[in-house]
Amino acid sequence: MNINYTPEELAFRDEVRSFLEQQLPADIAAKVKGFRHLSKEDHQRWQRILSKQGWYATHWPSEYGGVDWSPVQKHIWDEESCRYGVPRSIPFGVNMVAPVIIKFGSEAQKQHYLPRILSGEDWWCQGYSEPGAGSDLASLKTRAVNHGDHYLVNGQKTWTTLGQHANMIFCLVRTNTEVKAQAGISFLLIDMDTPGITVRPIRTIDGGYEVNEVFFEDVKVPVENLVGEEDKGWTYAKYLLTYERTGLAGIGLSKAALSHLKALAGRVLKNGRPLIEDTTFSQRIAKIEIDLMAAGISNLRIIAAVEGGGMPGAESSMLKVRGTEIRQSINDLARRAIGPYALPFVEEELELDYDGEYLSDKDAAPLAPHYFNNRKLSIFGGSNEIQKNIVTKMILGL
Amino acid sequence: MDFALTEEQQMLQDTVARLVRGEYSFEKRLGYSETELGFSAEFWQHLSELGLTAVPFDEELGGFGGTGVEVQSVMTELGRGLCLEPYLQSVILGGGLIAHAGTAAQQEHWLPGVASGELKVAVGLQEPQSYYNLNDVQTRAEKTDAGYTLSGRKAVVIGGHCADLLIVSARTSGDERDAGGLSLFALDPATAGVERRNYPTMDGAKGCDVVLNNVQVGAEALLGDEGQASAIIEYQSGRAIAALCAEAVGVMEEAIAMTLDYLKARKQFGVPIGQFQVLQHRMVDMSSELEQARSMAILSASVANNEQSTERKRILAAAKNVIGRAGQFIAENGIQSHGGIGMTWEYSFAHYAKRLIMINHQLGDDDHHLEQFAGLLHVEE
Repeated sequence: MNINYTPEELAFRDEVRSFLEQQLPADIAAKVKGFRHLSKEDHQRWQRILSKQGWYATHWPSEYGGVDWSPVQKHIWDEESCRYGVPRSIPFGVNMVAPVIIKFGSEAQKQHYLPRILSGEDWWCQGYSEPGAGSDLASLKTRAVNHGDHYLVNGQKTWTTLGQHANMIFCLVRTNTEVKAQAGISFLLIDMDTPGITVRPIRTIDGGYEVNEVFFEDVKVPVENLVGEEDKGWTYAKYLLTYERTGLAGIGLSKAALSHLKALAGRVLKNGRPLIEDTTFSQRIAKIEIDLMAAGISNLRIIAAVEGGGMPGAESSMLKVRGTEIRQSINDLARRAIGPYALPFVEEELELDYDGEYLSDKDAAPLAPHYFNNRKLSIFGGSNEIQKNIVTKMILGL
Repeated sequence: MDFALTEEQQMLQDTVARLVRGEYSFEKRLGYSETELGFSAEFWQHLSELGLTAVPFDEELGGFGGTGVEVQSVMTELGRGLCLEPYLQSVILGGGLIAHAGTAAQQEHWLPGVASGELKVAVGLQEPQSYYNLNDVQTRAEKTDAGYTLSGRKAVVIGGHCADLLIVSARTSGDERDAGGLSLFALDPATAGVERRNYPTMDGAKGCDVVLNNVQVGAEALLGDEGQASAIIEYQSGRAIAALCAEAVGVMEEAIAMTLDYLKARKQFGVPIGQFQVLQHRMVDMSSELEQARSMAILSASVANNEQSTERKRILAAAKNVIGRAGQFIAENGIQSHGGIGMTWEYSFAHYAKRLIMINHQLGDDDHHLEQFAGLLHVEE
């Protein structure tokens, strides 16, 4: 056993570090590290830099313009990205719909969509959840009726992340009501500019706007926008969800959030001493850092297994639960760290270009909103309850 | 032993409950929150007309001479409606400090207005470096011929944005964290040199930081004996802690009722999600936390107006610790039980969750009060 990186992997890490040191715009990194909102322009600017380097599509085979990194290399990239403050890639195009198109799409779909994802021309969003279909995704009701050359789509999607920026949406729709729920679902690619589509923003608990409702009223979708076969969408959806769940543990993000917390706790005073020297608080931090250390190694064990040719199984569900709990605990501590200053909601300080006087610590304003916003971590991507059901069945055999 | 409210106390609680139910729908509350005032002037007026702003004050002020239990009844119902009015800040804490420390003349001057709701008081005891230690005061009050000159900054003064009277702590002697040497001053926010930076709060209320730039006040602004304020602040904060615990119980009761309704109504996999054991047990845990919180709110209300003692301090620290933990548990697990809908602005649950978390940031969080309690473990009465 040797649990360290090989010399080649270390060399790769150096390459990643030097790229990020030279190419990652400082203003974008500062926003990411301070939990501030990124604009569409910020995302696109960074995507262009990554595409130019050829490092945008980490999950694609090289024949389609992907990087073809090994699982360990992908992990190194993720970890260094988080450390340097790289924006979380908007996964819906590059990491979600693209692998489905590559595996199940037509040649024409590959030719048309993949280059547009690489270039950033298309911004994709996800049309999975519905008001009545959350954890029970297969009960979805959005209906698509085949009219020969097109489908007529009617229904509603919800929790569509950053749908306000998107020009394309991939949707699970019901094409067959005669069969059992999972068997009557199809996977459609829909242009957001098609008449009959309305996007309505949902304001979230933290006051922000990042999710939307998307309404479909007699929306005509050309039949060539069907991926694979009609009524087989559930298979493709499940394939996509395995991609969604990798990385949801957010170990790298937790490490970045932890170092942010420790820096903050070094500045905030309690009884005239830095908070990080306070027994109660330092023990709270220590406990989380220890949990994170263990989860980090669990993550590496899964990656090593995948590197060895295995498939990430239900272990990634376990890690998603633990990883999101750890991140939420760090967010909880960061909010606690600022004491009474968790109360003020100073919206103008959430903007990075804010040049006024800070009410308290320069990093304080986003902390309470971020804590509330990240309650989503244990809900989305398959709620933690659903993940535990997977572990119950797949690992424990109960 | 009798935990039931008296008939009068029950009537009082019912009165507030009816008022809140009738006038404080969630939609209206969102609207009040967005006004410059940040609450409903009309509702505040109605609280006053029914004598509710006078509850803790003596009868000659139109009050009930209410104890901690009467305050508890009012605060629980205000909590249930997530009411934004400055009851805690003005009536309980502001009024309490004036009644406790003020001279007869000061009491006569201010208390009738506080009791009638016409005079809104906000209290600034915290500072940017103080965390939750109210003795950690850097603001200085230098004696002058005519009175005092105040310089410093008071942090997160809830209700300070619209207050007619500010009460602040300042150091007349001693070092930064000394208990001795603290004094209280009551001043008009319009006094030259008083600067307010206003902001909304995470839980929909409003407040400000108050910067005092060489603010000249007369000797009559001093509230209580010079240098002797620490014990008064501790005592009155204790009353406010009990009131905050009562408010939290109202918030929790509503949050739990809402979650329970959701578990019965929301269907996934063909059944109400309340059929799933993991959600049932979580609901049980939330309810147990509420019971713990309720007990501590009752206990804290019963000692809130007692003479200061180690036992009173222990109980109030314990109560705020339990309330802080229970509030966070119910907020987080309530959101989780709701799923995404519990995280939306348009659904009231999110606002109950935010209030519960923010109560833990007022007058000391669960860690702070754990330390207070631990510090008293070996103290003999």
